Amino acid sequence: MKKEKQPARRPSAKAPKGVSRRGFFQAMGLAGAAATTLAQGGCGSSGGGVDPALQQGVGPDAIDVALKVNGRDVKVKVEPRVTLLDALRDHLKLGSTEPVDLTGSKRVCDRGSCGACTMIVDGRTVYSCTVLAVEAQGRQIRTVEGLSEGGKLHPVQEEFVACDGLMCGFCTPGFVMSAVSCLERTPGATADQIRKCLDGNICRCGTQPRALEAVVKAGARMKGRR
Amino acid sequence: MKAFTYKSAASEADAVAALGPGAVALAGGTSLLNLMKERVIEPSVVVNLKSVAGLDKIEAAGDGWKIGAGVTIAALLENPQVVKGYPALAEALETVGTPQIRNMATLGGNLCAKTPCLYFSHDGFACLKRGNGNSCPAKDGDNEFSAIFGTVMPCVSVHASSASPALIALGARLRVAGSGGARELPVEEFFVLSKDDPARENVLKQGEIVTHVILGKPAGKSATYVALHKASHDWPTALASAALDMGEGDLVRTARICLGGVAPIPWRVQAAEAALAGKKVTPETASAAADAAMAGAAPLSQNAYKVKVAHTALKRAVLLAARGSWK
Repeated sequence: MKKEKQPARRPSAKAPKGVSRRGFFQAMGLAGAAATTLAQGGCGSSGGGVDPALQQGVGPDAIDVALKVNGRDVKVKVEPRVTLLDALRDHLKLGSTEPVDLTGSKRVCDRGSCGACTMIVDGRTVYSCTVLAVEAQGRQIRTVEGLSEGGKLHPVQEEFVACDGLMCGFCTPGFVMSAVSCLERTPGATADQIRKCLDGNICRCGTQPRALEAVVKAGARMKGRR
Repeated sequence: MKAFTYKSAASEADAVAALGPGAVALAGGTSLLNLMKERVIEPSVVVNLKSVAGLDKIEAAGDGWKIGAGVTIAALLENPQVVKGYPALAEALETVGTPQIRNMATLGGNLCAKTPCLYFSHDGFACLKRGNGNSCPAKDGDNEFSAIFGTVMPCVSVHASSASPALIALGARLRVAGSGGARELPVEEFFVLSKDDPARENVLKQGEIVTHVILGKPAGKSATYVALHKASHDWPTALASAALDMGEGDLVRTARICLGGVAPIPWRVQAAEAALAGKKVTPETASAAADAAMAGAAPLSQNAYKVKVAHTALKRAVLLAARGSWK
């Protein structure tokens, strides 16, 4: 992408968080309220009436965008060209009353190919780098930060730790979201079904076998719990 | 990407009115946003069609189905009527992109998507189709994945749509809405080899949108065979869709066969259809049909292999269609 008018990179104050494995899992563990509802509508479904302002046209200057992320209402002020991923990673703090830094979803290819930015929107996995923030209004957005409950990791996250399902860890949040969606939509999914669910995520370190093992184990645990 | 004004269309009329000069329609976004990030397309207005009421519905219509252009690939694959009734379509859609892409991408978007040609879709190349060059760089460049049919044309890109060959084989129709009202046309008449204007690949005019795909009577004896370069994340090297109308004694009354990934538009091969008419489907007759189809191929410097791949895809699609079962 070209230089001009791009969203500012992460402020330097965020740097100490880093992407070390430990810091990464701490960040995952520190997440806020988890989303408890799982809407079944497809991503393409329209949620009733259209906001007259959007119908009229907004932008190109920044506008207020209201999002429902991990069960919580947040506001960002972004231009219509800003993606859902960039809005949650780079702009969330600016507009909301309470700072909520959602940098769990990663910006890697930014071309809807690698899967590191995977979020669950209205019950379906999407590449959040390829969804405009303005389009995501009125939808239930779930990110990796919303998976843990009361500081306890989601079974998929726990099994990624137990199975050592990552090396550099950059792809992990995306893998975890695809896995969670897969196991929620298909309880008791077989290894083959899980492999297909993880098709849209790439691990350049080559840890797919461990990731698969982690999700199979998490699936067995989650099924046992029902 | 360049800044733009964003509009959410509430109705077809709204969408049509909003799609003035400099405006583009946004559906799933899986192709469009990438092209905007690469500055291949720089619209001043982006019109969201997902908000148009009713475009996300799959409805019974006569003895067939009317599918809204905004229905996602995933929703189609989860619809038992579509999967059982039109195996060629389901098999074509199964390999589109990745799970995330199938959750986002729409049927209408698949029909209207721009070519995945690497020269066209990346910044930094002068490309006739893109409009920043006066020749096609793939002709004498890296054309491993380019067209093998219609290569005398000024642009040798391949069409992006995996669904279209199946829709053409199935004899599907499209409903297009514009300022002058709506019209219907066969899917195969939607695509045009625009020798004068390589920028376009279909008949849509500014302000027109595809609203529905209309499928006739379910066609169980249909199939698509997709030859993939990679298991996922990629466009097919070639694909073939076949629909067979069987007469008495297991003889083919008529066949409709269309190839994908081999030409600037979905490539119907009537020579192959004629070769099958009145015959029993056997590996030999299917292969003869593929021979007839490939007689028209004119590969480029690096893609002669695609002739063989497309030949095999066509042969297998015909054999699978004759078997007439989903999986």
